[in-house]
Parts: sequence; C-alpha cells; structure tokens
Amino acid sequence: MTRLCVNGETHDVRCEDRDSLALVLRDALGLTATRIGCQHGSCGACNVLLEDVPVRGCLVPAALAEGQAVTTLEGLRDDAVMIRLRAAFTAHHALQCGYCTAGMLIAARDLILRGRAGSAAEVRAGLAGQLCRCTGYDGIVAAVLAAQ
Amino acid sequence: MIPAPFTLRRAATWQALPELLEDALPLGGGQSLMPLLALRLAEPTALVALRALPGFSDIAERDGALWIGAGVTHARIEDGIGPAPLRDWLSQVAAGIAYRPVRNLGTIGGSLALHDPAADWPVALLALGASAVLRQGDTRRVLPMAQFLTGAFATALQPGEVIEAVTIPIPAPGTRFGWCKLAPAPGAFADALAGVFRAPGAAPRIAVASPAGARLMPEAPPPDDPHLARLRAVAIRRAGA
Ligand SMILES: Cc1cc2nc3c(=O)[nH]c(=O)nc-3n(C[C@H](O)[C@H](O)[C@H](O)COP(=O)(O)OP(=O)(O)OC[C@H]3O[C@@H](n4cnc5c(N)ncnc54)[C@H](O)[C@@H]3O)c2cc1C
Ligand code: FES
Ligand code: FES
Repeated sequence: MTRLCVNGETHDVRCEDRDSLALVLRDALGLTATRIGCQHGSCGACNVLLEDVPVRGCLVPAALAEGQAVTTLEGLRDDAVMIRLRAAFTAHHALQCGYCTAGMLIAARDLILRGRAGSAAEVRAGLAGQLCRCTGYDGIVAAVLAAQ
Repeated sequence: MIPAPFTLRRAATWQALPELLEDALPLGGGQSLMPLLALRLAEPTALVALRALPGFSDIAERDGALWIGAGVTHARIEDGIGPAPLRDWLSQVAAGIAYRPVRNLGTIGGSLALHDPAADWPVALLALGASAVLRQGDTRRVLPMAQFLTGAFATALQPGEVIEAVTIPIPAPGTRFGWCKLAPAPGAFADALAGVFRAPGAAPRIAVASPAGARLMPEAPPPDDPHLARLRAVAIRRAGA
C-alpha cells in the first residue's frame, strides 16, 4: 500500500513502483483534471503540485510522493490566483478542447506567484514547456497577463 | 509508454548504498531517467532513490569553494545559491534548462552523471573549473571536471559509486563568465553551448558542447588552425565574456 496525501486528504492506494503519480491520481483516485499526454516530460499536461511547487506528474513514481503533499487542479478550486485565472481563461477564450488546460493553469499560477508573468514575452517563455495543440497561444498569454 | 516493472528502494545511509546499487540504477530527480524508462530505452529491475542520503542536497561554502550537493535542484540554483557573482552565473545556466516543473525535481548531480552531450551543466561546470565529489560507502574521491567527463554519456563513475556533490572554486574578484545556449525553443536541449571563464590576467577558459560531450577548447589554438581561432573568438563574443 502507498499512502498519498492529495488535496489535504490521505488515501491508501495499491500501485506498482513503476506507476507514475499522474496515472495513480487518475486511475486510483479518479482525479481526472490531471491529464496524461507525452509521458516523458515534454507537454506539461500532467503538471501537479508536490509540496506546493509544480512538477511533471508523469515523471514521479507515485510511491516516491509518499509523505509529501500532492495538490491537483481539483485542490485549487478556492485558490485566489486560480479563481482569477479561471475567469481570465474564459474571457480570453484560452481553451478549446481543454486537454492542456489543467497543466497550463498550474504552470501559469506558478509564473504569477513567482512574479514571472510581467509581459507577453515573459509569459510565453514561462509557458514554453506547456503544449496546446488546438487553441493557439495568443488567448492563453492574454489570459495569464489579465489574471495577475 | 509505461516503464517495465522495477522495484523502488530508498537509500538512507551512504554505507548501505553500494550494496543497494549492486543490481540497480541510482535515481536522482528522475527527470532524465523516468523518460528513458517510459520509452523503454532502459529496463533496470530496481532503482535506488538517493534523495534521503544525509547531506545530499546541502549547499555550503568550504575551503574557498561552493559545495553543491548532488541532489540540489536546477530550480533552487535558478533562485540563487552561493556568493555573487557566481550566484548569478549559476542562476543563468539553471534558468535555461528545461521548464520550471522539470527544474523543480531535476538535479545538478543527475545532469552530470548522465553527461548528455547536449546538457547544460557539464559544459558550464567545465568552464567554471568545478570538480565532482564521488562517493562509495565511506570512500571519497574528487575529480576535476575534465577527468570526470570521459565522453558522451560517459563518466569516471565506478559501479556502486555516486556523485555526492559538485565543488566550484569561488572566483577571484574581477573574474568574468559568459554563457551562450543556442536552442530551437526556450528550455529545449541545446544545438550549441559555450561557457567562457576569464580570470584577471589569465587566458579565457572556454568549454563547449560537442558530439563527444563537454570539452575544453585548447587555450592556444595551433597557428595552422584558423578555424579553431575563429571558433574561440565567436564563443567569447556570443557568451559576452
Ligand atoms: C522536457 C525536458 C527537457 C529537458 N531539457 C534539458 C535541457 O535543456 N538541458 C539540460 O541540461 N537538461 C535538460 N533536461 C534534463 C534535466 O536537466 C534532468 O534533470 C537531468 O538531466 C537529470 O537530472 P536528474 O536529477 O533528474 O537525474 P535522473 O533522471 O534521476 O538520473 C539521470 C542519470 O544519472 C544517474 N544519477 C542520478 N543522480 C546521480 C548521482 N548523484 N550519482 C550518480 N548517478 C546519478 C541515474 O542513474 C541516471 O542514469 C530536460 C528534461 C526534460 C524532461
Ligand atoms: S504527460 Fe507529463 S509532460 Fe507530457
Ligand atoms: S485547448 Fe486543446 S490542447 Fe490546448
């Protein structure tokens, strides 16, 4: 059994050592905001917070997250920055299919919290590791700038 | 895209590590190893997580050098460690590696151990005159970068041995460092890398990425090699040193 602390709740899950945190969050805990795309770190769809900093959920064995606080997008429902980001993403048409959105929001929130979302160029550079395959990035960049 | 089955072990002491590693690979931040496993380019039967080893992520100033534990992440270095101006130089290199969620877990020791010929730390640390502190149980040895990095994806690490830390001499006042990474997109692996270190009164020390791994350019290019002389000049100009 692996004991995970996710969004403030403790869960005992049965998983193999090779299972990634992203996989376990989705399959064992039903937390499906976290998406799985490339599974090798390139697309950012799987971003979650580990001890309050964003990491690639696909590159962390779930068993290694034991004893650390995991936060998924579901756990950021009432987060002040996330509330602003959600509104701005809607207003600026920053999503279409939504596959990239959870990872994008978690990366964008981190940029805002670290003061790295001051200009369109800064936001673009900061989101370079987040791939969106359908909306195009202009609306996303505008939304992040509007949400600070 | 799911790795082959493996067993995860956690090393708690340096003394127990060599035995744990006998049939296993060390796991640093996993930011290169987990993708390699997902792509099944490697299929180890066991991994040993290093991060709980005592002192593995320590940062200290000792004997005129900055000691950076192998487990220190790129993100922590990006945010600033050690005295200026070394702090700013290291921050610049770290900030150009991958993306923040990758930098939050990827470690300087893991980058060095893998020695991907397109990776940033091997080149930067070679230019900075750094050394690798290698440890096996209670035995330590310290190798200058040029001896540690033996070729692309190759290092002087012996079985059962891991990188404990990197040490970088604190530069003399007036020393300059320039860094140039040319990559197709921010955070992507480099097409070209150059680090130029210039201590007052000394010839610039230039490290570059090559297909054979990080290497130093000769200090005095042979007169019959105008190409190398030009490359040196370009590296110095592009790196702004
Ligand atoms: C999307 C993406 C983009 C990236 N872009 C870049 C880039 O632009 N530039 C760049 O330089 N890197 C890049 N990387 C790689 C990243 O920097 C990794 O963090 C780094 O290469 C490996 O560090 P790690 O701690 O994650 O090591 P791991 O993945 O844990 O291990 C890497 C290798 O080193 C061994 N190892 C780990 N720690 C030690 C140790 N202390 N002693 C001995 N052996 C050890 C492991 O067994 C393994 O073979 C990128 C990675 C990703 C996923
Ligand atoms: S699924 Fe993790 S980065 Fe693409
Ligand atoms: S909204 Fe479809 S991939 Fe980004």
